[in-house]
Amino acid sequence: MDAPDDLKHLAAARWRIAIGLTSTMIVLYFGFILLVAFNKPVLATPIRPGLSLGILLGALEIVAAWILIWFYVRWANRHYDAKVAKLRGRS
Amino acid sequence: MISSLGEPNLIAIVGFFVFIALSLGITILAARRTRSAEHFYAAGRKITGFQNGLALAGDYMSAASFLGIAGLVALSGFDGLIYSIGFLVGWPIVMFLIAEPLRNLGRYTFSDVVAFRLRQAPVRVAAAIGSLAVVAFYLIAQMVGAGNLITLLFGLPYELAVVIVGVVMMAYVLFGGMLATTWVQIVKAVLLLLGAFLLAGLALSRFGFNPLTLFEAAADQYGAGVLGPGGLVSDPVDAVSLGLALMLGTAGLPHILMRFYTVPDAPTARTSVSYATAFIGVFYLLTFILGFGAMVIVGQDTIRGVDAGGNMAALLLAEAVGGPGFMGFISAVAFATILAVVAGLTLAGAAALSHDLWVNVFRGGHASDHEQLRVARVSAAVLGVLAILLGIAFEGQNVAYMVGLAFAIAASANFPALVLSIFWRGFTTRAAQLSMLTGTLVSLLLIYLSPAIQVDILGNAEAIFPLRNPGIVSIPLAFLVAVVVALWRPEPEAAAGFAELERRALLGTDEH
Repeated sequence: MDAPDDLKHLAAARWRIAIGLTSTMIVLYFGFILLVAFNKPVLATPIRPGLSLGILLGALEIVAAWILIWFYVRWANRHYDAKVAKLRGRS
Repeated sequence: MISSLGEPNLIAIVGFFVFIALSLGITILAARRTRSAEHFYAAGRKITGFQNGLALAGDYMSAASFLGIAGLVALSGFDGLIYSIGFLVGWPIVMFLIAEPLRNLGRYTFSDVVAFRLRQAPVRVAAAIGSLAVVAFYLIAQMVGAGNLITLLFGLPYELAVVIVGVVMMAYVLFGGMLATTWVQIVKAVLLLLGAFLLAGLALSRFGFNPLTLFEAAADQYGAGVLGPGGLVSDPVDAVSLGLALMLGTAGLPHILMRFYTVPDAPTARTSVSYATAFIGVFYLLTFILGFGAMVIVGQDTIRGVDAGGNMAALLLAEAVGGPGFMGFISAVAFATILAVVAGLTLAGAAALSHDLWVNVFRGGHASDHEQLRVARVSAAVLGVLAILLGIAFEGQNVAYMVGLAFAIAASANFPALVLSIFWRGFTTRAAQLSMLTGTLVSLLLIYLSPAIQVDILGNAEAIFPLRNPGIVSIPLAFLVAVVVALWRPEPEAAAGFAELERRALLGTDEH
């Protein structure tokens, strides 16, 4: 009898995760883009021969995208799918 | 270095024909199974997550990425990497906000989702206009790339090269539909990843397999400036505008969104995005090496001498490290890349014309399966001819830049309405319609008023709109229009349908 409420909880949980992860990606990426736009010398700083801060951060953006997606998939596979299956079974 | 580019290359020609024969074989097999609209648009929804991940990667790693970005990095160093990174960070957005609700709410196109609880006709017409604008710009970029590539490799006339690509692509789409297009994408994605790995490996073997040694050699030869931001993004606002368009555009590309309907359910849609992001990320990391490799091993002057835009850098690198035979192989891969992407785009355009406009607007949602299939095929043929004509008309345009514009239109026209329709109870028909039309028309208008058209093409002294990418104006404006219109004129029927939308978005339906 609590089905609509459970659905609301599940929707809210998914919403929170989605917004949280999306905001993280946006902050990381626009941090990078704003450095490209307004502080080019910082990105040109050499860390060691052949590696500038810009190239390192750029590669890390791609790695960050992988990590965020991995985190989401782990959450969805462990928690979300089971709850969806439960709600589907009831309706 | 003397290049054999421009002379007929036997391995490239054989490679072309092997790929065409292989892909037409796939098409014949697929054609036997393509009997209903569901097969034509969605490959019977039987594609697995791994397969769809490869197909998504295939659709996404276009000639602009492979040839264009390698060229940009080779000629301007770090600045080219901004494209590589921007193209990738759109995928998490697709994953978190779009993929699963899209799969659960729609059948063939993303307009199914926007129109789910809104009035069909106004939403579908606006969505089709937005989709077709994106598809047209993307098609121009691919056709121009294909024409240049074949002309450079075989010395064939540009127009003939464009016609060949158009005709082969139409064969895939018309007869094999989504199933053939998907398998062509999978074959192409595997070839492209393999080619990029081999090429990067051969280039790196000269630097002890250490990318940093390669980057250091680039800095020694062309100055430390190539490892940091430079002139390509000199205007800060333009840099942010490009970044915004690249990040949000992916989630509005009709041919990418359509792929989520080829899998059986939402969890499979999720799996396919994680595979796609893994493949695409690896590929874009490899473009760092391909670009700097071409810069050091081939040299900027040689690259510019062959093509001012640098589009042939990857092929020149292949010749330098692996000889003409290897260049032939990489050329055949690049050709396969273009052909597959053009097929995916045409299919998405055909779905907008037939499923959205014909079936759901003119026929009010009632058309037999046979009729849907016939209209879809006619639409694909019309778009194929249009692609050929556009490719010829826009000869000489910069490929990567054109794709950047397609992303800006997608991010302005499709992305705001799609996201708001899934997540905002108060969204309305008028708001969706006006947001999509504003996004499409404003981004097109600003592109027309930008320096790329006004200064570079029309030869005016200055442009009315100063930015090369319209995203920073057109994307927020499309969101603003949507929110203002929806708050100004609420639509109780649309709000009432939100509970059902939310249920379906999470739970899906029982029919598969």
